[in-house]
Amino acid sequence: MTGTYRVRRGDVAESRNAVHFTFDGKSYQGLAGDTLASALIANGVHLVGRSFKYHRPRGFVSAGSEEPNALVGVGATQSRYTPNLLATQVEIYDGLVAESQNRWPSLETDAGFLNEYFSAFLPAGFYYKTFMWPRTAWKKLYEPVIRRMAGLGKAPAEPDADRYTQVFAHCDVLIVGAGPAGLAAALEASNSDATVILCDEQAEMGGSLLSDRSASIDGMQAADWARAALDELRKRPNVKLMSRTTAFGWYPHNFVGLNERVTDHLSNPATNQPRERLWQVRAKEVVLAAGAIERPLVFTDNDRPGIMLAGAARTYVNRYGVVPGKQVVVFTACDSAYRAALDLKAAGARIQVIVDLRKSVSGYWVDKARAEGIKVRSDSIVRGTSGWLRVKSAQISNAQGGDAETVACDLILMSGGFTPSVHLFSQSRGKLSYSEELRAYVPGESVERERSVGACKGLFALESVIESGAKGGRDAAAKAGFPPHGERSYAVSAQSVGADAFIGSVMTDHQAEKRAWVDFQNDVTAKDVRLATREGFRSIEHVKRYTTTGMATDQGKLSNMNALGVVSKQIDVAVPKVGLTTFRPPYTPTTFGSFAGQSRGDLFDPVRKTSIHAWAEAQGARFEDVGVWKRAWYFPQVGEDMHAAVARECKATRESVGIFDASTLGKIEIVGKDAAEFMNRMYTNAWTKLEPGRLRYGVMLREDGFIMDDGVVGRMATDRFHVTTTTGGAARVLSMMEDYLQTEWPDLEVWLTSTTEQWSVIALQGPNARKVLEPLVDGIDLSADAMPHMSVREGRICGVPTRLFRVSFTGELGFEVNVPAGYGRAVWEAIFAAGKPYGITPYGTETMHVLRAEKGYIIVGQETDGTVTPDDAGLGWAVGKAKRDFVGKRSLSRPALVREDRKQLVGLLTTDPKVVLEEGAQIVLDPTHPIPVPMIGHITSSYWSATLNRSIALALVRGGRSRMGEELSIPMPDGVIKAKVVDSILFDPKGERLNA
Amino acid sequence: MLLINCPYCGPRPEAEFANGGQAHIARPADPMSLTDDEWAAYLYMRDNTKGLHHERWRHANGCGRFFNASRDTTTDVIKRTYRMGERPEAEHQGAKP
Amino acid sequence: MQKFSALSLLRAGLTGHAGWQRQWRSPEPKSGYDVIIVGGGGHGLATAYYLASRYGVKNVAVLEKGWIGGGNTGRNTTIIRSNYLFDESAGIYEHALKLWEGLSQELNYNVMYSPRGVLMLAHNIHDVQSFKRHVHANRLNGIDNEWLSPEECKEFCPPLNVGGSMRYPILGGALQRRGGTARHDAVAWGYARAADALGVDIIENCEVTGIRRAPTGEVVGVDTTRGSINAKRIGVVAAGNTSTVMNMAGVRLPLESFPLQALVSEPVKPIFPCVVMSNTIHAYISQSDKGEMVIGAGTDVYTSYTQRGGLHIVNHTLDAICELVPAFRRLRMLRNWGGIVDVTPDRSPIVAKTPVSGLYVNCGWGTGGFKATPGSGEVFASTIAKDEPNKINAPFTIERFRDGAVIDEAAAAAVAH
Repeated sequence: MTGTYRVRRGDVAESRNAVHFTFDGKSYQGLAGDTLASALIANGVHLVGRSFKYHRPRGFVSAGSEEPNALVGVGATQSRYTPNLLATQVEIYDGLVAESQNRWPSLETDAGFLNEYFSAFLPAGFYYKTFMWPRTAWKKLYEPVIRRMAGLGKAPAEPDADRYTQVFAHCDVLIVGAGPAGLAAALEASNSDATVILCDEQAEMGGSLLSDRSASIDGMQAADWARAALDELRKRPNVKLMSRTTAFGWYPHNFVGLNERVTDHLSNPATNQPRERLWQVRAKEVVLAAGAIERPLVFTDNDRPGIMLAGAARTYVNRYGVVPGKQVVVFTACDSAYRAALDLKAAGARIQVIVDLRKSVSGYWVDKARAEGIKVRSDSIVRGTSGWLRVKSAQISNAQGGDAETVACDLILMSGGFTPSVHLFSQSRGKLSYSEELRAYVPGESVERERSVGACKGLFALESVIESGAKGGRDAAAKAGFPPHGERSYAVSAQSVGADAFIGSVMTDHQAEKRAWVDFQNDVTAKDVRLATREGFRSIEHVKRYTTTGMATDQGKLSNMNALGVVSKQIDVAVPKVGLTTFRPPYTPTTFGSFAGQSRGDLFDPVRKTSIHAWAEAQGARFEDVGVWKRAWYFPQVGEDMHAAVARECKATRESVGIFDASTLGKIEIVGKDAAEFMNRMYTNAWTKLEPGRLRYGVMLREDGFIMDDGVVGRMATDRFHVTTTTGGAARVLSMMEDYLQTEWPDLEVWLTSTTEQWSVIALQGPNARKVLEPLVDGIDLSADAMPHMSVREGRICGVPTRLFRVSFTGELGFEVNVPAGYGRAVWEAIFAAGKPYGITPYGTETMHVLRAEKGYIIVGQETDGTVTPDDAGLGWAVGKAKRDFVGKRSLSRPALVREDRKQLVGLLTTDPKVVLEEGAQIVLDPTHPIPVPMIGHITSSYWSATLNRSIALALVRGGRSRMGEELSIPMPDGVIKAKVVDSILFDPKGERLNA
Repeated sequence: MLLINCPYCGPRPEAEFANGGQAHIARPADPMSLTDDEWAAYLYMRDNTKGLHHERWRHANGCGRFFNASRDTTTDVIKRTYRMGERPEAEHQGAKP
Repeated sequence: MQKFSALSLLRAGLTGHAGWQRQWRSPEPKSGYDVIIVGGGGHGLATAYYLASRYGVKNVAVLEKGWIGGGNTGRNTTIIRSNYLFDESAGIYEHALKLWEGLSQELNYNVMYSPRGVLMLAHNIHDVQSFKRHVHANRLNGIDNEWLSPEECKEFCPPLNVGGSMRYPILGGALQRRGGTARHDAVAWGYARAADALGVDIIENCEVTGIRRAPTGEVVGVDTTRGSINAKRIGVVAAGNTSTVMNMAGVRLPLESFPLQALVSEPVKPIFPCVVMSNTIHAYISQSDKGEMVIGAGTDVYTSYTQRGGLHIVNHTLDAICELVPAFRRLRMLRNWGGIVDVTPDRSPIVAKTPVSGLYVNCGWGTGGFKATPGSGEVFASTIAKDEPNKINAPFTIERFRDGAVIDEAAAAAVAH
């Protein structure tokens, strides 16, 4: 046997392989199919953790995902280390390394336990009442100490070595939970043409049936029936079974998030396997069969290792074949604990006594327990326990008080009935209603297309659970449009355990000063909850936030109803009036990595590259991110830094010819008989008189009058415009155009097409640009007379069709060669080769910025920031004064937009030409003014100009155009820089070069 | 991730759509004739309805068309989608003038 | 007011904590008040507190339809900073930050203001330019904000993925050391307790259903689910529900309410020393005193009052978090929730008089209202008490939208070229 507490599992003949693992450095042996919890229990280990606040020793309370105590860190390496996993959920494998958390130096001897001695001074919310003096002590002294005490496990120290993936799925019927109700629902729903997904958080499907030795269905033992049903479902092509898959969240319109754990249970996962998959399922209909969670009883010192839920003990015995204790006291408010006691007894444990809170007890299970010789004490409570690292005894008395009897034990089972798991129902915005009988909330009216079945609906008798599951499955398939082909019947033989339940604290009034835990992990006692209500925290949300009950990693699965019960009794208000805290996703903690999925590194966002990108890369270009685009930033040669490279690129372009990849510019083709009218309405400029074959610089405003985008526009024909936009603005511009076209002016005959990806754009700039291009071009006369600045011609270049723009963003004679993107690289290389004799130089965005700044050309997003009008930017000339209307026109006459003292774009030259201003630096009139210093503007662009052999800058300055020649101050941390206001055009103001 | 029924393409996930804000706000025919207050009302004032709300969506990553949806902002349930130029159904018009 | 201190806690501990009183009363509404504040969130409670403590208006009620602090006050990621670009915003947020610095002592309630530093990351050249513009403007406005190189970012916040293979690498950051976090619930409770002690009636479970006006137009009171209450002045501080309340007085506002989500991880031992924000990749993260990673997500694209949002928004947020700190991929989300944020066209607040005499509004704080709580309450109290805006909130009018005098921080920071 592997461990002294091992018993034969159920009635199943078994052969389970031995599995070796370590916990806190010690080696243990378990059996295949064990959880870490069942394997440790098999070895007699119950002490697995320490509580959050008092660091009290803690053991297993549950056998499932509601576990509040048994949190462990798992992983042999930091890159695969996961904190806060539930030992009740971790499946063991050979080589598993697990450790306890939140203890120092060891689990048995934890220094944090000092808090326990001061617990009288650490009631709920104590930290709001102290640690206030002196002012800085909170951050410097108290908070660091509190932080060190708080927290549970340790975050992994190294990047995660695993991968995660995401799947979108559609199905007709999604069934959450594969217990009796879910299995019946799946059998019925899939007996149709509906596609069905059945998911369950556990490794093995079957839910409570796997722990049931007494019931039978269709003549089979419950667990066998479950396996047979699963075999049948597996054969159906329309069914997908997903174990280890938690439906963690409900999102609007029947969209359910599932988390599938793929490799965590494997010793040697295949390298191509993701660790987890996030399934985003759109289901036509959903069946919620999420089951119910057993409720602890709130009694004095109910938190010691060895005190667990009765149903959990039953699961350990029947499903895993381990007995959690040999001397057992049972404390219950319902019949189901009797069933657990009988199963433990059958496994060889001694049941010392069943202590029943109920005044009188009777019925099948009580009779059976008595018949087996188990002592039953009704109208009684466990009023205290002893034992430090493991429970040793229970003190038992009448429910109203009186003398206590001490009974030795190594296990106390408790059951306060069951709480339906209404989490997903509530997340779907279904209305909950309170059932006085069950002392729990159950699903009421639905909002989305779902139905609850079985225990999560408040049904606990196996027969009705299966019946409701079957009915729900049929209903879901039919509502999804797939009436089932038939109906089957289920012969269920099971004794009901009724639906008795208890909420709140069982303590007598004399015990008010004792501590009875409501929330185990967060160390919230009934006393804390009562204190909160006395201090005026009466909404259950306030109680939760003040005491932290329900805020632990189980999110109140065990504690919420008992907290409600305590509050209800304390303030004498019925439970439904006290309220209920909101259910939020995720149902159980869900890995960040699964939400992020493949989105990491280069896959975080798409990378857009031009067709010329690889050429630039091969030339050693450095790139910058502009939106999702990669743009060549500068082309350093050996030994050059950015400054040197840019100076060289600028010089080459001004003196001979430079070549620049402008393909990222947005492009929109605007076509139709009303195209010019549409342009008139969208842009500030007038377009009617622009002749085909001409270009114009266009400015586009938002309706609020501020500059949104700009770009050069070519009129290709009377009914056709080739519009360019900024790199980052392309999508915004097109969608704004579509908005106006479709919703305001549907009468206009205009079509808009994004052509950004269709054209490669090669800018050739410099005095020799024409000479380089001429030999390559067919059918276009490039001479200054035939093709003046701001014109466009169609023809061929290198045999490829082109729209050739004569345009300049540098102030030099320049062309922009548009060719179909597939030819971009070839044409670029051909031009580059043709330019060799002229020393053609590739340049990047930084040089482009410098050259345009020398000419005073703005960049939207740099000179403008969403608060700049055309007049502010010196673009008043581009606003068609005669036009009746265009987008943004009306806003331009609002009072704040016509003020004289608006910030206006000017040039700035520093007194010391060697000093380059910092972009973003603020401009003031009086640098000696005490703080706050009134600021009149800021530097928008600033560069070293190799051309002018000095620094240059553009700035937005209050009333700037009336300050020409004025000396302004730019206060920097290390001194004040002086600069003179000048015109924004600093180079070739007459434009002789670009008209050459 | 809402499920939105494009009147032209059928039901598609929200990821394919761009929201266009409150519907049935027509751009004034002659903005220059408006007072600053009237213009600001067009530009900025919104019903921000708690309840049945008529809004515009564009099937941006699909057919590209704008359309309207009547959605309850207290449940996110979409009662109906309809084409540009159509009015909300009579029983849905009570929510706003 | 019962004094809170280490000593009082010690004494109470010896007597089983039997002596603690209610932190605020639960009074029945009186027939009338000088001022009614609609909305018992942090801003509303702060307004009431400052009305009573600084402006001598003590006959005040705060009406809350649910439980105090139950809206965005209790749902936000508690980031506090004041390093805004424009003078107007810097003025109001710095006013708030100065109040934060002494708030625990002023209220005798530990709101756990923790100036651990707010680091805003730059991921492209435009970000760098924009943040440097902020740093320079802040310096001249007397607000601390400094530029850190990528290496300095890493030193200040070691878990950050600096120099790793990020799609948008960290190019530096702007750090405000006085920025940090506070305990959100404690802010609501602390103001409530202090206001209550000055005589303010805090009335929970009291929903305003109508605003009553005299024939001459001025407000005279409110109708509520607990009856009609007279009021000489009414201040509406209802965040996401502001449009609904203001409609009752026939006032339309330039507001839309969007879902905003946040989430926390399971608690882990201290590892993340400060607040990190990245507007470019949409990541906002800090670690709470309890050990949870507190993470802010983005807004959904549609208006909604459901206090929940889409899963894809959460996915996107965690993409970014896992990029910033790849080791956090194995942490697990414990809880994800939504709030309703009221957003104006320029994403700056409105703290102002309204066209209706006696009616004042404080709204439009969008995704960033928590940090402003004390400042917002203080200037709103001043505005109500004096029937004219304070110098600090004077720019935050409704009329700025008519006039075009918008305060558009987001546009100034977020335009890409």
